[in-house]
Amino acid sequence: MEIPELKVTPDRYLTVRYAGASGDFNPIHIDEEFAQSVGLPGKILHGLWMMAQCARAQTEAAGDPAALRRLQVTFRGMGVPEAELTVTSTVRDEADGVATVDVVVEQNGRAIIRNAEAEVAVPED
Amino acid sequence: MPVNTDAVGKRFPPLTYAVGREKVREFAHAVGETEPLYLDVEAARAAGFADVVAPPMFAVVYAMPALAPAMVDPEVGIDFARLVHGGQDFAWNGLVVAGDEITTTATLVEVSERAGNGFFTFETRSVNQDGAEVCVGRWMNVVRGQ
Repeated sequence: MEIPELKVTPDRYLTVRYAGASGDFNPIHIDEEFAQSVGLPGKILHGLWMMAQCARAQTEAAGDPAALRRLQVTFRGMGVPEAELTVTSTVRDEADGVATVDVVVEQNGRAIIRNAEAEVAVPED
Repeated sequence: MPVNTDAVGKRFPPLTYAVGREKVREFAHAVGETEPLYLDVEAARAAGFADVVAPPMFAVVYAMPALAPAMVDPEVGIDFARLVHGGQDFAWNGLVVAGDEITTTATLVEVSERAGNGFFTFETRSVNQDGAEVCVGRWMNVVRGQ
């Protein structure tokens, strides 16, 4: 199976909506001044929102939410609002109806999630 | 930073989360989902589900209430001002649907120190109202050294 590239640009207030939706109100994600006061460039994206983009790339490709069996990510850098993220998924192995997929998320030319791995049930033709 | 490994293995009280239709839709919108199974009750019912289906990453929502008390437990001793989410691993088995009641138990499974940073890993096990395990999470937290 092949998993198409996914591109998404979080708007300026995305982190506020995701904070409400997820319950994670850490001020580094929603308060520009607070984020800068702790040495960040400004509000940063929730890592788990970025992970959700990795998940979405897999389930959209499979056409089935149940196809995603496992997803593990390591957060390597910060994502920021108002810049495009690209999720690239490469099938490394396919065995017993399950694809093992390497996933990378890049923004502004830098990998912000690397060494991510998904296990996706391959759709039956 | 010195870490205290005494709390490794500590299991925290289970907590039950009732999955609501509008919460699922709110979450799905926030992560950019357009899949009708998450958003449209009729589409979900036509596909054989009782109500809208939760996206896999909705595990964050139903597991977090059980994890939150573990993160602030003084025996664990995480310094929140220096906390970074280092990594995350979810394994899913079956789908969660609005109306389900998901009970999650959190356990501190690993504490270590490397290169001056503290590493705290929690595991969450989430079970639905029928006793089926729907998701196992591993939450890797890093507390940066001085």
